[in-house]
Amino acid sequence: MLSVPLSAYLIVAAALFCIGLYGTLARRNAVAILMGVELMLNAVNINLVAFWRYLTPANVSGQVFAVFIIAIAAAEAAIGLALFIAIYRSRDTVSVEEINLMKW
Amino acid sequence: MNLFVVISFGIVSLITLLGALGVVTARNVFASGLFLVLSFMGVAGIYVLLEAPFLAAAQVLIYAGAVAVLILFAIMLTRRVMSDTGGSQTNNQWAVAAFIASLLFIVLLKATGQEWPISNQSPPADVITALGNAFLGPYLLPFEIVSVLLLAALVGAIIIARE
Amino acid sequence: MAQALSQFMPLWLGQIIQYVLVGTALVLFAVLNMLFITWMERKAIGRFQDRIGANRAGPFGLLQPIADMVKIMTKEDITPTAASRIIYNVGPLVVVPPALLVFAVLPFGWGLSGSDLNIGLLYVFAIASTATIGILAAGWGSNNKYSLLGAMRAVAQMVSYEVPQVLSIIGIVMLAGTLSLQGIVAKQAYMGWFILLQPLAFLIFLTATMAEVNRTPFDLPEAESEIIAGHHTEYSGLKFGMFYLAEYISVLFISALAATLFLGGYTIPFIPTDNPIHTVLGPFVLIAKTYFFVFLTMWIRGTLPRVRVDHLMGFAWKALVPLCLLNILVVGFISPFINLWTQSLGNLAFLVVIPVMLVANAFMFGILYFFISRLVRQNEVKLAEGAVPAR
Repeated sequence: MLSVPLSAYLIVAAALFCIGLYGTLARRNAVAILMGVELMLNAVNINLVAFWRYLTPANVSGQVFAVFIIAIAAAEAAIGLALFIAIYRSRDTVSVEEINLMKW
Repeated sequence: MNLFVVISFGIVSLITLLGALGVVTARNVFASGLFLVLSFMGVAGIYVLLEAPFLAAAQVLIYAGAVAVLILFAIMLTRRVMSDTGGSQTNNQWAVAAFIASLLFIVLLKATGQEWPISNQSPPADVITALGNAFLGPYLLPFEIVSVLLLAALVGAIIIARE
Repeated sequence: MAQALSQFMPLWLGQIIQYVLVGTALVLFAVLNMLFITWMERKAIGRFQDRIGANRAGPFGLLQPIADMVKIMTKEDITPTAASRIIYNVGPLVVVPPALLVFAVLPFGWGLSGSDLNIGLLYVFAIASTATIGILAAGWGSNNKYSLLGAMRAVAQMVSYEVPQVLSIIGIVMLAGTLSLQGIVAKQAYMGWFILLQPLAFLIFLTATMAEVNRTPFDLPEAESEIIAGHHTEYSGLKFGMFYLAEYISVLFISALAATLFLGGYTIPFIPTDNPIHTVLGPFVLIAKTYFFVFLTMWIRGTLPRVRVDHLMGFAWKALVPLCLLNILVVGFISPFINLWTQSLGNLAFLVVIPVMLVANAFMFGILYFFISRLVRQNEVKLAEGAVPAR
């Protein structure tokens, strides 16, 4: 299993993180921004599990941490999407360029 | 056997990164949701290659089976008509964002290029028992807190999205 | 098999050939059985409805599935104009692979499973849950408001019933100590079949999985007497055939899974698992038990009326999930004692374990009976006062 060097996994995770960052900064639709955030969380998870496997495989703390991150990402996606649905109901748009004023 | 692993790693990483590129560049926001599912499956494949089978199954079950469904539902509930793709999907700062993302990628490349102290142990034979003992042993407090957090998220989401 | 072939060719080529052959065998098994099940369904439902069923195409109608397949393949392939071509095609594409992939971990005999993963059961539920994406894509890509509504309802039903389905299995996993399906089958030789140890979990699992695969009485998304057919309204020809295929293969798989988890899989009672008779007769024993469950599914389909959509969700969340949690608690209390007995008594452990678990399940059934009778009494009071009982 150690035929693939650790840096290969880290490069893939870095690329995924940067693509997710671009998605978060450059998109108009709020749900698309959330998708970018999910990509970044996945990239962090890949990093964690790769480090666990190559540096300390006997101690499962790496996988435990990754499971916690998955759980928290799911909770955050749920709340974020509920917020977007509520915003859509009152403003009739989820484009972040138009949701830029508080109630006046 | 070595060749299998290297080829599989190449294919799975390609799937993950192409899926991610599809997410950020698709014209239709539902299509980027589907590309996100592809990306999640690719990440699950990477976990399998890293000898973390429980995590791979959990990734498919939670991310592709639940979070992706949630995201697709939200997309479907926030469109005026189904053929409305919302015009251009990228805002005015996309060039700056691309520049920053590539800069960060170069920095991370440098950071990951160093020598890591690779250990030659192997993962525990029965990962699930080890994970179970970890959750109910040293990590009991975070485990309980995460369950309270999930309960709060559940109740909060229902209340916020209610009529 | 790869080792046997390695005398003629390098090991990696032997392994590739082994994987391809086993995969093809599993897919052929699934598809051929699915054809037989479609014939069996026509005949069985016909008999339950006091008619003969299909008997024109060949003796006893045995060529009916072939006639059905020919019809489906030669129908005109219509695509709605305003639909997004790619998303419309993704729907049937994503629904079929999960139905086939799960056969990889099913144990057909001692040492006869495609791949005995040590997370076998989790793999099954993880892969099965990805079929929801295909249904959403089908509903959205059809550009039809009713398809969308049907797809959302179908996905809400599938996602809600995943929770009691997985929770009901946790009692069995605790008793068996492993998620691997071969391990669960092996443990049943010691402890007795899990249907005797966990009858409540068995009933909950059967109900939840039938709701998962949209089988009557939970087939609101695709029933024939509804005006529109839900997420596959706009599909015709082979694309509809894919949904049809996926549904019947799922029925076959859940019957095989129920047989493996609760009825001892490929084992014959009182014969230890590693006896070579299980390698030879195993697949046939498993198929016999599977078809018992398939017949049970069709029996239920021919007998019970459809569940209303608002009752559907309440049933899953308010009735099945608390029962599953109660089951997990009870098994958790008794589990250390069971470990003790299996270690000290070995092969005769089932003599002690079965009565103890039956008593515990009787206690849970008692609680269930108490709550149901209270509910019935409340409904009777409301009826006496003139109100209609609508929960």
